[in-house]
Amino acid sequence: MTFAPHANADGSATMQQGLTTVSATVFGSREPRAQSRGMLLHDRAFLSVEVGEAAWAQQGGSKRSRGDKRLTEIAAAIRDTFEPVVMLQLYPRTEISVYVQVLGSDGGILSTAINATTLALIDAGVAMADYITSLSIGLHLTQPLLDLSGPEESDIPHLVVACLPATGKITLATLETRIHVDRFEEMLDVGVEGCRVLHMEMQAEVRQRTTTIVERMQMGQGSTAAVAA
Amino acid sequence: MPRPTQTPAINKAFALDALANHQIRLDGRKPLDQRPWSINFYAQPEDDDEAGESAGDSGTASAGLGKVDVRLGKTRVIANISASIVKPRDDRPYEGLIYITSEMSGMTNQSYIEGRTTEDEVLTARLIEKAIRKSEAVDRESLCILAGEKVWAIRVTLHYLSDDGNLLDCACMAAMAALRHFKKEEVEVRGDEITVHKASERAPMQLAIHHTPLCVTFAYLDDNNLILDPSHYESSIATGTLTLTLNAQRELCVLSKAGGTPLAKHDLMRVVRLAVDRVRDMTKALEDALKADEQIRVIEVR
Repeated sequence: MTFAPHANADGSATMQQGLTTVSATVFGSREPRAQSRGMLLHDRAFLSVEVGEAAWAQQGGSKRSRGDKRLTEIAAAIRDTFEPVVMLQLYPRTEISVYVQVLGSDGGILSTAINATTLALIDAGVAMADYITSLSIGLHLTQPLLDLSGPEESDIPHLVVACLPATGKITLATLETRIHVDRFEEMLDVGVEGCRVLHMEMQAEVRQRTTTIVERMQMGQGSTAAVAA
Repeated sequence: MPRPTQTPAINKAFALDALANHQIRLDGRKPLDQRPWSINFYAQPEDDDEAGESAGDSGTASAGLGKVDVRLGKTRVIANISASIVKPRDDRPYEGLIYITSEMSGMTNQSYIEGRTTEDEVLTARLIEKAIRKSEAVDRESLCILAGEKVWAIRVTLHYLSDDGNLLDCACMAAMAALRHFKKEEVEVRGDEITVHKASERAPMQLAIHHTPLCVTFAYLDDNNLILDPSHYESSIATGTLTLTLNAQRELCVLSKAGGTPLAKHDLMRVVRLAVDRVRDMTKALEDALKADEQIRVIEVR
């Protein structure tokens, strides 16, 4: 986890899970850009999410166009996941834009992107009801596995879960492979538990960063006080 | 992007009140009722022979096989299947190809603009793709005619005629009904030579279908009112939707809850269990329609 790798964004974060690296950048809340002004809502902010993938992160290094269906789907999933959790009613008539860039992909792009977005939103100081943490869970025979890598993801059934750690409620769950209903419940349990653990890690990181910022601010105050004296 | 029409707050309040206090929805359904399905296969053309010759690659499609009109309330989708013989992909020489194409037109939905793909359209197409292609509903190896040389390419074309909510469930049902109904021409292989027999010469073959995945969509209104099969109006006021794809063997093929209202784990499991029952009824509706059609359709072999 790295905070604020981008100098001119309101908030940004890079999340690395294994070889998957995703960077998220948040601008806002700001006045809606000209092309999305029509989306303006009079009583709350709206979220716009764009997802891009670096050419070297794609399989075979092929260049994909912006209109890629898979990326559109990920963007829509991120937007709908964060909409109920970000306190949009606090920022009426504005836009909060999230740009997600996949820098390296080795499985679990969606969950890493969600984690990066959570951190970037926190870094930008956007009010949220809770963290959203996300993980992928695979199933090998009867053994659930956490946070799959690329080759694992293509071979075994897997589920992506995003949840609110405080209540354990699930905001996102996507499963794309055939699995028996009874096995699904076990995977869900493991996923929610894993999200809780991830939350603790993320919170520790956020606390540490905040402490650093506070220390620096105090240092700044100390020096001005010294100059004044 | 066209801005979706915002519904008046008073309409929304009325709908939510009816649901919360009387357990009834605007069209008179109970929260967990589905609109009635109507599955109609296209009738056989009068003169089979001529229709068969004109298509060139696929006579069976024009013989009225694999063409179905599915309605769910006022939502309506037509699915059509065509088959042709092509060269397989180099990395998968033993597998046939399946394409699923779908397009929305101006008559489907008011938020449609000519020439641009809307997000809804992409998401619907992706989910159908996952439900049918990724879950391996059709056995692709059985579509192989000559390894590395010739395989069947099955193309499922979905025409969305009208969208009164829950287009996805309707489209998935239409695609599966069409795939189950379709019959491809018998092919004879002698050495390197293949002969395609017309439907009038030899009885065409059904596709090898592993299982019949069907989609069920639920919507959440106002955070905790769960409804099945949302209408267009209901989906516009919904705070979240949840789509499951299951088959009659109680296997979960796709689960897609992309954001929206957060759900507790036991709520999610409840939805899964409800969906299992629903899919059983839907499968029955499909089987009945297929059986009824089988009795009236004559495939004559001379």
